[in-house]
Amino acid sequence: MHWTEYLPPLMQGAWVTIQLTFYSTLLGGLLAFAAGIGKISSNWAIKGVSVAYIEVFRGTSLLVQLFWLYFALPIAGMAIGLDLRLPPVVAGVLALSLNIGAYGAEVVRGAIQSVHKDQHEAARALNFTPRQTLWTITIPQAIPEMMPSFGNLAVQNLKDTALVSLISLGDLTFRAEQIRNFTQDSTTIYSMLLVTYFGMALVLTAIMRGLEAYVSRWRVARS
Amino acid sequence: MTDEPIIKFDKVIKRFGDLTVLNELDFEVKKGEKVSIIGPSGSGKSTVLRILMTLEGINGGVVTVNGEPLWHEKGPDGTLKPASEAHLHKMRAQLGMVFQQFNLFPHMTVLRNITEAPVKVLGLSKQEARQRAEELLELVGLADQAQKYPHQLSGGQQQRVGIARALAMRPNILLFDEPTSALDPELVGEVLNVIGKLAHEHDLTMLLVTHEMRFAREISDRVCFFDQGRIREEGAPEELFTDPSEERTREFLQAVLDS
Amino acid sequence: MLFGYEWDLSSPLAFALSILPILLTGMIVTIQATVLGFFVALVLGLIWAVLKSAPSRFIAWPARVVTEFIRDTPLLVQLFFLYYVLPEFGIVLPAFLTGALALGIQYSAYTSEVYRAGIEAVGADQREAARALNFSGTHTFTHVVVPQAIPRIIPAMGNYLVSIMKDVPVLSVVTVLEMLNVAKIVGDRTFDYLVPLSMVGALYLIMTLVASAGVRLLDTWLPKQGIPLK
Repeated sequence: MHWTEYLPPLMQGAWVTIQLTFYSTLLGGLLAFAAGIGKISSNWAIKGVSVAYIEVFRGTSLLVQLFWLYFALPIAGMAIGLDLRLPPVVAGVLALSLNIGAYGAEVVRGAIQSVHKDQHEAARALNFTPRQTLWTITIPQAIPEMMPSFGNLAVQNLKDTALVSLISLGDLTFRAEQIRNFTQDSTTIYSMLLVTYFGMALVLTAIMRGLEAYVSRWRVARS
Repeated sequence: MTDEPIIKFDKVIKRFGDLTVLNELDFEVKKGEKVSIIGPSGSGKSTVLRILMTLEGINGGVVTVNGEPLWHEKGPDGTLKPASEAHLHKMRAQLGMVFQQFNLFPHMTVLRNITEAPVKVLGLSKQEARQRAEELLELVGLADQAQKYPHQLSGGQQQRVGIARALAMRPNILLFDEPTSALDPELVGEVLNVIGKLAHEHDLTMLLVTHEMRFAREISDRVCFFDQGRIREEGAPEELFTDPSEERTREFLQAVLDS
Repeated sequence: MLFGYEWDLSSPLAFALSILPILLTGMIVTIQATVLGFFVALVLGLIWAVLKSAPSRFIAWPARVVTEFIRDTPLLVQLFFLYYVLPEFGIVLPAFLTGALALGIQYSAYTSEVYRAGIEAVGADQREAARALNFSGTHTFTHVVVPQAIPRIIPAMGNYLVSIMKDVPVLSVVTVLEMLNVAKIVGDRTFDYLVPLSMVGALYLIMTLVASAGVRLLDTWLPKQGIPLK
């Protein structure tokens, strides 16, 4: 086989990788906000759940989480009489989102707490409620602060999608493995694979930089 | 004080990108002389000190220290070529500098800040260096602070350590780069006292960039007013402060003394 | 049976207790891979850092491209590459060494940045003071820059040590018998994945907690009197 013949199946896989990255980064972002804000909540139940989620998912390995959701969860479901068998794509997106969300939560918390005390005092002086202060004063200023870290996490997430090939989800790495099994042409196929991931990471970085520039306008007035 | 110049700037040019900071500067300091440099910010006064301390190179002209070119070396055929690091190392031994932000080493005690260079650069024994440091700490009034770290001291104390550190190298020329402008007003006095004591009791050549006009007047043999990369006016402090001949000098002094 | 230990399927608790020694055998491999990978990352990262700050742009620029490439491509793919491509060039390494090498290479891209940032955080004012005191370049580096950079570098390196530990399960794809792989094999044979995989999760929590505490302890022991840390 000529190397150009590898391209169609690889592109198919790349499209799966892109979708996985998109959905899990989006869902992970939502989880990051929920848990990051939850961790500084004054409600102890919300705080407890957020802290437990963050610690468990940052303290264990992504591949362990993925295998647990795919192999162990159905057995746990059986024990309580539920069908918790997840299709690979659901297990993959869920594991990736939960993992990246836990790391993102620390970013969100850090950025929120970095907003200067002056701003809270001003908000209090204007008689905003704590909720109003959070959503109209603190978070708009915190988001630009988070963006560089979110950019890194998005690239991390793209790289992590390669692991879903291990639960037979047909992503880029999975397709490459299939071709390699068939042709034994390891050098070519893995070089193409690395270059494709690198290209996708560069595009993703550029997109995240663009987003960063876009939201940085929100704090222009401050500086 | 003799008449022989220990520092000589001959048509020195210094540029930062498009900005010309020193514009063919001619400037001399005699051995043992105490010279204050005053002038608006951006006039190139700190640059003069930084060139002497070899922290900044020059783009043209010749700087001479003690009769020897600083940024050049004489080749075998007598022509000047750019100085090697070995030459700079040799020349630097004659100079010491007190920085605006003190620049103490935060991970070393006060004593170690002062002894590190005498031991490692001059090759003094630890005991000698320690004795020298203790004398100097006595001189700057910090004999009891030797074992502290810089962050445990006030700004004024840190700057006095900075002075002791520079003196420990026994330089012929001591450069002060706005030594009090990073200090709270109530701490300025203690540092100026030390510098004043040095000026009156030692034959050290001193070059002081400062905004403390009264102090400059008190300790200097000569005051130079810098403006746009050149010396606009210079003279004995009495003269320059009471009866400046240049309009620019008058304006500057007015603005500074009013504030 | 695995590694000479029989499992007891009479109850979940008995099962868990009976496979604990098996998982701990895997944990030892996990720790070995972590330590070796970390060592490679520290050494290789330092080499990258030196090359990236080289005065010649013909050295610095390729070093930057290579580290960026390493950082932007998945560990799993790099591992496959080493495992399947190196033998084609006559370099045959045991799976464990290939795995540790892959971990080290991936993380060297990160550690090189830690070195660079730690050294750059030591300000120009410190270098100028050293120059005014006529210190040699070497002495300035070893006695002024490095002592101030180390307290900044160690905590960040510690975090990467923990990250490497969490990436070791990826090595299972090239047959390294680390903890997750061992648990998976037990699951494959007993058709009960829940107990072994949950135990691996719990053991990982303990390992990362212990490692993080160790890093913090090391950090408090470090002499950093007076060094302004951000």
